Amino acid sequence: MINGISINMYMVLSAILFIIGAVGVMARRNSIIIFMCIELMLNAVNLLLVSFSTLHNDPKGQVFVFFIMAVAAAEVAVGLAILSMVYRNVKSIDTNLMSNLKN
Amino acid sequence: MVKLVGLVPLFPLIGFLINGFFGKKLSKSISGTIASVAVLASFVVALLLFFEVQHLPGHKAEVSLFSWISAGTLNIPFAFLIDPLSSWFLLIITGIGFLIHVYSIGYMHTDDGFQRFFTYLNLFVFFMLLLVLGNNYLIMFVGWEGVGLCSYLLIGFWFKNTEYNNAAKKAFIINRIGDLGFLLGIILIFISYGSITYSGVFEKAGIVNESTITTIALLLFIGAMGKSAQIPLYTWLPDAMAGPTPVSALIHAATMVTAGIYMIVRSNVFYSISEVASEVVAIVGVATALFAATIGLLQNDIKKILAYSTVSQLGLMFLGLGVGAFSSSVFHVTTHAFFKALLFLGAGSVIHAMGGEQDIRKMGGLKGKIKITFLTMFIGTIAISGIPPFSGFFSKDEILAHVYEHSPVLWFFGMLTSMLTAFYMFRMLYVTFWGSFRGTKEQAHHVHESPSSMTIPLIVLAALSVIGGTLGLPEFWGTPNWMHHHLDAVIYRKNTSLLTHETEWLLMGLAVASAVAVIFFAHQLFVKNGVLPQTNENKLKPWQKLVANKYYVDEFYTAIIQKPIDLISGAFHKFFDVQLIDGIVNGVGTSVKGLGAVVRLVQNGNIGMYVISMVLGIILIFLTLFIL
Amino acid sequence: MLGYTITQWLFGVLSFLSIMFGLMVVFSRNPVSSVLYLILTFFCIAGHYLLMNAQFLAIVHIVVYAGAIMVLFLFVIMLMNLNEDQEPQRTWLTKIIAAVAGGLMLVVLVGSLKGSEQLQLQHYGSSQVGLVKNLGMVLFRDFLFPFEIASVLLLAAMVGAIMIGKRDIK
Repeated sequence: MINGISINMYMVLSAILFIIGAVGVMARRNSIIIFMCIELMLNAVNLLLVSFSTLHNDPKGQVFVFFIMAVAAAEVAVGLAILSMVYRNVKSIDTNLMSNLKN
Repeated sequence: MVKLVGLVPLFPLIGFLINGFFGKKLSKSISGTIASVAVLASFVVALLLFFEVQHLPGHKAEVSLFSWISAGTLNIPFAFLIDPLSSWFLLIITGIGFLIHVYSIGYMHTDDGFQRFFTYLNLFVFFMLLLVLGNNYLIMFVGWEGVGLCSYLLIGFWFKNTEYNNAAKKAFIINRIGDLGFLLGIILIFISYGSITYSGVFEKAGIVNESTITTIALLLFIGAMGKSAQIPLYTWLPDAMAGPTPVSALIHAATMVTAGIYMIVRSNVFYSISEVASEVVAIVGVATALFAATIGLLQNDIKKILAYSTVSQLGLMFLGLGVGAFSSSVFHVTTHAFFKALLFLGAGSVIHAMGGEQDIRKMGGLKGKIKITFLTMFIGTIAISGIPPFSGFFSKDEILAHVYEHSPVLWFFGMLTSMLTAFYMFRMLYVTFWGSFRGTKEQAHHVHESPSSMTIPLIVLAALSVIGGTLGLPEFWGTPNWMHHHLDAVIYRKNTSLLTHETEWLLMGLAVASAVAVIFFAHQLFVKNGVLPQTNENKLKPWQKLVANKYYVDEFYTAIIQKPIDLISGAFHKFFDVQLIDGIVNGVGTSVKGLGAVVRLVQNGNIGMYVISMVLGIILIFLTLFIL
Repeated sequence: MLGYTITQWLFGVLSFLSIMFGLMVVFSRNPVSSVLYLILTFFCIAGHYLLMNAQFLAIVHIVVYAGAIMVLFLFVIMLMNLNEDQEPQRTWLTKIIAAVAGGLMLVVLVGSLKGSEQLQLQHYGSSQVGLVKNLGMVLFRDFLFPFEIASVLLLAAMVGAIMIGKRDIK
């Protein structure tokens, strides 16, 4: 089904997606957006894993993506719980305000 | 049957563990009973072994428990040796130890550290048994260090008193000097013979040249000097009287201090070969005996008098060892254990009756008030003074006869020592029990006989002091000297008396006559004329002052050893520690702190900045790894 | 069509869309629209999975990410009432630095691919790998233990989320 597409294309695509996520983490101050950007970066990696799995005709890469999804789900559950607690206490989710550990 | 030997040290160890871990939860009577029963059980096993040993081929057996150290050519089993010598010491340790445990139940009953006391006491018995039972020098060394530790713990038992703590530290540190000598001796033995088991060394003792053997013998003797309080390392023993009185009786009179004697008797093959080492042992022994006896003349603390008497008697034993009378010395160890334990326990009973008073100048007239204590102590004093037929007479006379054979000069000093001993012991007895009561009214009211748990051991020990002499009746009486025959198997060079019977009778008569004369003199002085020890130190004559202050030996040691060390340490502290070491350490600290102050600015709390620096880091990694 | 196969067309369109939506996630001011754009990005990625014959993974991806995770995000944003445009903004300097850093990284990543062999996916890929049967065989045979661990992890995360989210912990 997949014709005329090289692995390099997927590598470039996932690199671009990954960097979009990274730039989002760097440029935004809203912690929820930062969190979403991290999800985007994770998906970039997933995409790469699946493409290599296809290249090598090996299901292990896809199984690995499963595990990443499970870990991401766990991460989101805990992370959002933490964020909502932070919001409840500070009334903001601005990362610049979360610097109590500095001093 | 011989296999049971492992049980002997096991019982006190169990007692130690129970009292050590659960002591706080046990009542005093249970704790004391456990400790005493543990030692009694050991005594029973030791008794069985003692009879067993008579029928063994070669009169000895080795029981290997497990392989202890195995490295290259060094192979040390954890094995016990049962022979006449060790089985005899087992009996002394567990027998006297049991009596003193029973005594302690009464003596310590009001003390808060009751369980702790019995914990230490059991541990001591365990280590002492290990010392005696080991079949090689290393196990002996382990026991040797262990009893040293227990001695330290028990001298400083009342650790809230700084002076007692200092006494404990002094004992420990001075013993270290001796222990170093012992350790060097063991190492030299291993280098010379390639083995440190007794059987492996003694059978081929002659293969090493004599100067090495002399060195080994002298190094071992340094160890014995420390443990058995000989000149110049004796100063700790009188101070060790800071511990509870039963400890003084058990450790600092009857058992631990005789470890040095045991060690030399065990290694008698070296001393038989090396004339020089034997001569050194004899001279140090007689010097200590005489020196300590003179100090004992003017002491006023009842326990100090007994302490110097112990040092002096130990000197006499070493004199015996030096002239090759090994079995006689063991005999004297035995009788000395009886009467010195008796005297110490009696002194404890007196102190108990006086409510903690130890100064004999504040006692007096106790004869009628504490009858059992008085009678038993009287027996002990006669025994140590060498009046027949009490036990001390036989053992002392045997040693002195051998000494005379060796050198009449040494005999003269030995004789002088025993006269002095008789004098100061009777001085103590007369001043304490005769005359009028000199304590406070409160004390006069308080004076009472000790409970039966204390008096029964006194009575048993008194009985032993009376009949103990029969263990080694003089051979020229036509009676078999049991002790001599018993130890025959472990003594390598036999020492048969060459003296004529007439000479021996003469020596014996002389000894008895002089002792009686001295006692008569003391009686005239202290009872008839009522002379009392001077209470005001300034009124003492110069020589008395010198003696009463123990010849200023402690001060002398302070001046020539402690002061220079303090001085050097002070200098090192000033230059090396404060400037060099502290400088380096502080310098490291300051530079890290300075660096941290600069680097800290990077950690500005801005997550965006962190991520950016992370990304830049990734870029750098990719640049170096894949592109450049 | 213009010399490209239909697959290449599909790839190009999906790639373009996913990059576009990804950029919109980062640049849109309203968090709610960020979430919606992210969901669209995930749909595009799911399309890629289908393209590579990983049908099962594509479905799971949509169910888990779009259906569960992103709904969670949406809930939280709505709970916090962040839909208004009250976003804290970084300074322009930070944004420029971020963009430059991102650009540099892209250059470096793509640059490191330069000159590598162009492996065609279809030469290797067979259409059977992404099926449930195959994945199940691998997952429950070779990766059984990690699978169980992952379940424990999820349980722990669940407990943790509840504990953290509780208002007062007695």
